[in-house]
Amino acid sequence: MRKIKEERILSFLFIAPSIVLISVFVYGFIIWTGWISLTNWRDVFPDFSFVGLRNYIDLFQNLRFQIDFKNIMVFTVLFLLSSIFIGLLLAILLDRKIRYENIFRSIYLFPMAISFIVTGVVWRWLLNPGTEASGSLGINMLLEQIGLGFLKSKWYTDPSIGIKAVVIAAVWQMSGYVMAMYLAGIRSIPGELSEAAQVDGASIWQIYRYIILPLLRPVTLGAVIILTHISLKIFDLVVAMTGAGIGFSCDVPALFMYDTTFRGNFFAQGAAIATILLISIAIIIVPYLRYSLKSGG
Amino acid sequence: MNRNKWVSLIVSLLLVFSLSFPAFAQLKGEIEIFSWWTAGGEAEGLQALFDIYTKKYPDVKVINATVAGGAGTNAKAVLKTRMLGGDPPDTFQVHAGKELTDTWVKTGFMEPLTDLFKSEGWLKVMPKGILDIVSYRGNYWSVPVNIHRANVLWYNKKVFKDNGLTPPKTFDEFFKVADALKAKGVIPFVLGTKDGWEAAHVFETILIAKLGAEGYKGLWTGKTKWSNPKVTEALEILKKLFTYINPDHSAATWDEAYQYIISGKGAMSIMGDWAAGYFFSKGYPDFGWAPVPETAGVFDALSDSFGLPKGCKNRDNVIAFLRVLGSKEGQEAFNIKKGSIPARTDINKNLFPEYQKSCMEDWMKDTIVPSVIHGAAAAEGWVTEFKDVISLFIARPDISTTQKALIQIANRAGVKQ
Repeated sequence: MRKIKEERILSFLFIAPSIVLISVFVYGFIIWTGWISLTNWRDVFPDFSFVGLRNYIDLFQNLRFQIDFKNIMVFTVLFLLSSIFIGLLLAILLDRKIRYENIFRSIYLFPMAISFIVTGVVWRWLLNPGTEASGSLGINMLLEQIGLGFLKSKWYTDPSIGIKAVVIAAVWQMSGYVMAMYLAGIRSIPGELSEAAQVDGASIWQIYRYIILPLLRPVTLGAVIILTHISLKIFDLVVAMTGAGIGFSCDVPALFMYDTTFRGNFFAQGAAIATILLISIAIIIVPYLRYSLKSGG
Repeated sequence: MNRNKWVSLIVSLLLVFSLSFPAFAQLKGEIEIFSWWTAGGEAEGLQALFDIYTKKYPDVKVINATVAGGAGTNAKAVLKTRMLGGDPPDTFQVHAGKELTDTWVKTGFMEPLTDLFKSEGWLKVMPKGILDIVSYRGNYWSVPVNIHRANVLWYNKKVFKDNGLTPPKTFDEFFKVADALKAKGVIPFVLGTKDGWEAAHVFETILIAKLGAEGYKGLWTGKTKWSNPKVTEALEILKKLFTYINPDHSAATWDEAYQYIISGKGAMSIMGDWAAGYFFSKGYPDFGWAPVPETAGVFDALSDSFGLPKGCKNRDNVIAFLRVLGSKEGQEAFNIKKGSIPARTDINKNLFPEYQKSCMEDWMKDTIVPSVIHGAAAAEGWVTEFKDVISLFIARPDISTTQKALIQIANRAGVKQ
């Protein structure tokens, strides 16, 4: 009995430093940010007079924020659907026991290992429509050379495309990761299940549709959660690739937060954006955490 | 006199002494100089200053801390986190005017430089217009190294000559010239809008054209209302101007876009006179210039300056650097490369290229107004929102909504409409 108690104290002592650090540097600063978003801090020097929800009301009336909010929704939906679709497709293809599977797997997974800044810079040039002086560049040049010149586009410099061009780069980076998740999921499904289905005369399509895909549901849920939180707080990719874009067509809330805080000195408004981002991510993550805690035991 | 007073007297004497005579000691260590000068022309100007400095103080290691990005948009954000985090660079580039006084001086981040101004005799050689915008409550706070003019219309001389055109004096003429150029297959108006401030820069000069010097200055103090029909007119001109622009403007920074002018595929542009420095660095000295239409006689000015932040690590080295900045030699070397004119009026004009000579003459006789997008006329928060409103206008050219937004942000900045 005594020994168990000692062990408990000891184990508590071991995790105490990280509890303290996390409670100060993560949760402490979250509370601090939330508090600032309710103040009137709009200069280099802090002003802590309480203004209630005024910053939030102003924000939702702000045209730039309205555009950003729409952009981030479009970005998240397209990014999620494309990454999951492409990731799943690649996983299924790789699962067909093809030759050199290792090499292909590494190739698809590799973009994930690069930072978003690098991806952004690379895709800025790939999707650069080029100027009169330079002629076509990147993808446009490729399209021209293989005789598909009519598909040329102004990409992210066209306000009606804007953020959708950034989706291409994000999907390029993250779909390999989704593939790896699915591949692991598929491999963990016992082979007997599909063999049994085969014996019963099911086609390959039916095996995937009625056996493998339903069993992959937890993987899909995990992928959705991970991709959504990456998507909602996306910043580096947009900064490196496009900036806010013409008429804010590539702008996202995180970029606005940076601008308004560090360029405009509107610290309270920046904190309000941060809080909104946190809440919208929490809406998705918290139910997932509860679900996985319950089912994981 | 009690003890405390003695101590403070001695400390302040020491401070004055160290401010005035640090050169007696052999300087060593390092100096970190923070700026956003990375493009052609300006980077070379900065290097010229470093060369003078290292020649004088060979034992001091110069750390060139630059953050790229036109008009310093990125650099200012980095600077802010460093200053607020208690890690100021030894000295940093800051636009003289409200950006200096409202952001850094009022809030107590800077040391006054009045003694240095007096001992170096700068009060006699720098014009009042420039001394005014680096001062706050009777002290001087930063050393201006140059003066830029923002309201310049740049054009390709050869294209104009070949088509028998002359630089336009009014916006009506401007659009006639633009139509003529368009008919010849030349892009009439060239601009890169990638960084988001360029359109607002152009708009600022149109506001000066339509409201005049006093009317424009009044916009930032509340004497002129933003609901003024002249503001509407200015927005209409900006909207029309953007129908003549290079189609890839949103993909290019201002200097990338200027390739059109150098190659003769584009004809005109509105930009500050750092464009002159850019043309020189590209080996294209044959550019043409004129004031932006309807702004002849007005000098839309901005000035880059360097100050002394409290708590910087190498104070003596900074003061030595500020001396080089304010010296005749330093101002000449820097400005020839940068395309701007020196803040001092006693320099040798003959050293300078044609453009700067004409600019110096205008500086002496024109009405001077402070530039807003480059930090001289209004506080940073207002400038940021002003920039956003105009950037939106480019994509959605709705005049009445935009004017309403301009009124709203003026109210928010504390200038009641």
